[in-house]
Amino acid sequence: MNGLEDLYREIILDHYRTPRNRGELETPPAVRADGFNPLCGDEIVVYIDVDDAGVISDVAIGGQGCSISQSSASMMSAAIKGKTVSTARDLIVAFKGLMSIHETDIGGDGSESGGEAGSDIDMSFDNTDDMALGDLEALKGVVKFPVRIKCATLSWNTLAEALEEASPIQ
Amino acid sequence: MSLPTNIKDDFPVLQQSFHGKSVVYLDSGNTSQKPQAVINAMSRYYEADNANVHRGSYELAVRATAALEDARAKVARFINAPSTSEVVFTKNATESLNLLARSWGGANLRAGDAVVISEMEHHANIVPWHMLVAELGIELRWIPVDDRGHLDLTDLDRLLDGAKLLSVTAMSNVLGTLNDIPRLAKAAHDAGALLAVDASQYVPHVATDVQAMGADFVVFTGHKMLGPMGIGVFWSRAEILEAMPPFLGGGEMILQVTKEGFTTNEIPWKFEAGTPMVAEAVGLGAAIDYLNELGMDNVRKHEVELTAYAMRKLTETHGDRITIHGPSEPSERGGVLSFVYTGSGGEIHPHDIAQVLDQAGVCVRAGHHCAKPLMTVLGANATSRASLYVYNDESDIDQLAAALTAADDMFSF
Ligand SMILES: Cc1ncc(COP(=O)(O)O)c(C=O)c1O
Repeated sequence: MNGLEDLYREIILDHYRTPRNRGELETPPAVRADGFNPLCGDEIVVYIDVDDAGVISDVAIGGQGCSISQSSASMMSAAIKGKTVSTARDLIVAFKGLMSIHETDIGGDGSESGGEAGSDIDMSFDNTDDMALGDLEALKGVVKFPVRIKCATLSWNTLAEALEEASPIQ
Repeated sequence: MSLPTNIKDDFPVLQQSFHGKSVVYLDSGNTSQKPQAVINAMSRYYEADNANVHRGSYELAVRATAALEDARAKVARFINAPSTSEVVFTKNATESLNLLARSWGGANLRAGDAVVISEMEHHANIVPWHMLVAELGIELRWIPVDDRGHLDLTDLDRLLDGAKLLSVTAMSNVLGTLNDIPRLAKAAHDAGALLAVDASQYVPHVATDVQAMGADFVVFTGHKMLGPMGIGVFWSRAEILEAMPPFLGGGEMILQVTKEGFTTNEIPWKFEAGTPMVAEAVGLGAAIDYLNELGMDNVRKHEVELTAYAMRKLTETHGDRITIHGPSEPSERGGVLSFVYTGSGGEIHPHDIAQVLDQAGVCVRAGHHCAKPLMTVLGANATSRASLYVYNDESDIDQLAAALTAADDMFSF
């Protein structure tokens, strides 16, 4: 049985109540990407400013949604601010790994293996161990609630789009 | 007369518990649970009568054919259709509306012709028309919804001016609003248009008389009325059905096939290509027997009483924090309660509400309920929705109210 406390960890609720880096950035110089979950109507807007050295000098988050999508976006913004684009990309991979690898660990309950999770995750590229996810680890309880995984990954997919626009992969 | 107090015993799904709590099923607007009688009828069909229909002369084939046609007759009586041959079986209400758009629409609509729908339609009564906008260049017009959750009919005559079809829901799956179908039928006919009624949320809850409605087409879906998934109904008057071209082509729907072409079967089989869903038809027939046993007047009475109780209880327990969409008068609505919950930290997202409720065994739906244009009118991206049916009682509502307190505690700050 999955307890709610696995999902709604205190740190998640904290980010939900006091979201970090909430707002907008002027575009340009910032780039903006919009993410949308058609299932529940959640929207995330990610703004990033990338300087000449490839560092994400500023980030802002807009949009609205459930506690999981909002707190994930807030934690993400805190984790990438001041980091390089390439570190942010590694974080995306690590975070999406976190949202999928645990699926096999939780086992037992057949309903957990719903098709929602991992469909867009490259399992071969698993470097979760190398990346310090910090607070983001608190979100790993989400994998026990398969329908919520899309909520947690929405901001990350949107960030990937913003990074692609700011600094396309060569 | 009211519904039996031990009615939950008839529904095996409701005997279970989740997370240590016995299930409180409040998502019947999405799909209803099935009584044992329906489940038994379907397995009995497979155990005793299964064969393909309309094509064998042996005893089993005769029985299977009779099972399908008996179910059709039950549906016809249940909705007071003038003739059994006017009842077409489809997969669900969505397929019925696509049949309407493709077959009737394809034959009768041309570029510039107008179809009128409303802002409270389910996507099933929107997207098939959008497809005809793209393919044929028809014009789609919308009846607005007012802030009390009723259709705003102020401009109805103008909207219907020159229109070929009015297609509206009899009861909103988000607001619970019951629309005045006879009035809409008259307005449509006065304007020279036909009336199609999406009765998916209506037939399960209110005694239905397609003739009294004055409709030209009525569609609904079996799984919301205690029947199985995989069967729906398309009803129209015989002369309209006769004039409509077939929808899907193949076996069953033909009389004659040659290298040069084909001739269509009689109605209703003309619209039923391929092997039909016989067990599902039998299940739907058993669901109708069950509802008739309860009495549709009792079903509706129970719904109005329980809806009134729910609105009172939720408001008593949660005051201003809960806003229930749709008409405030229980007799003007069905038992569909879409709500927004605002805790001390602001609105609690429907997903979070549904998740906390799930821990208490309470099943509600969170989302846009396949009615995005209506959500835009309501200014919401999502709502939580509790929807009631015959097996729900006051204790279910009490548990909903208590579980909402738990959600409030968790997300308020
Ligand atoms: C008003 C209304 N119309 C149509 C439908 C579609 O029913 P089905 O998915 O069974 O085709 C629904 C079900 O959600 C509904 O509530």
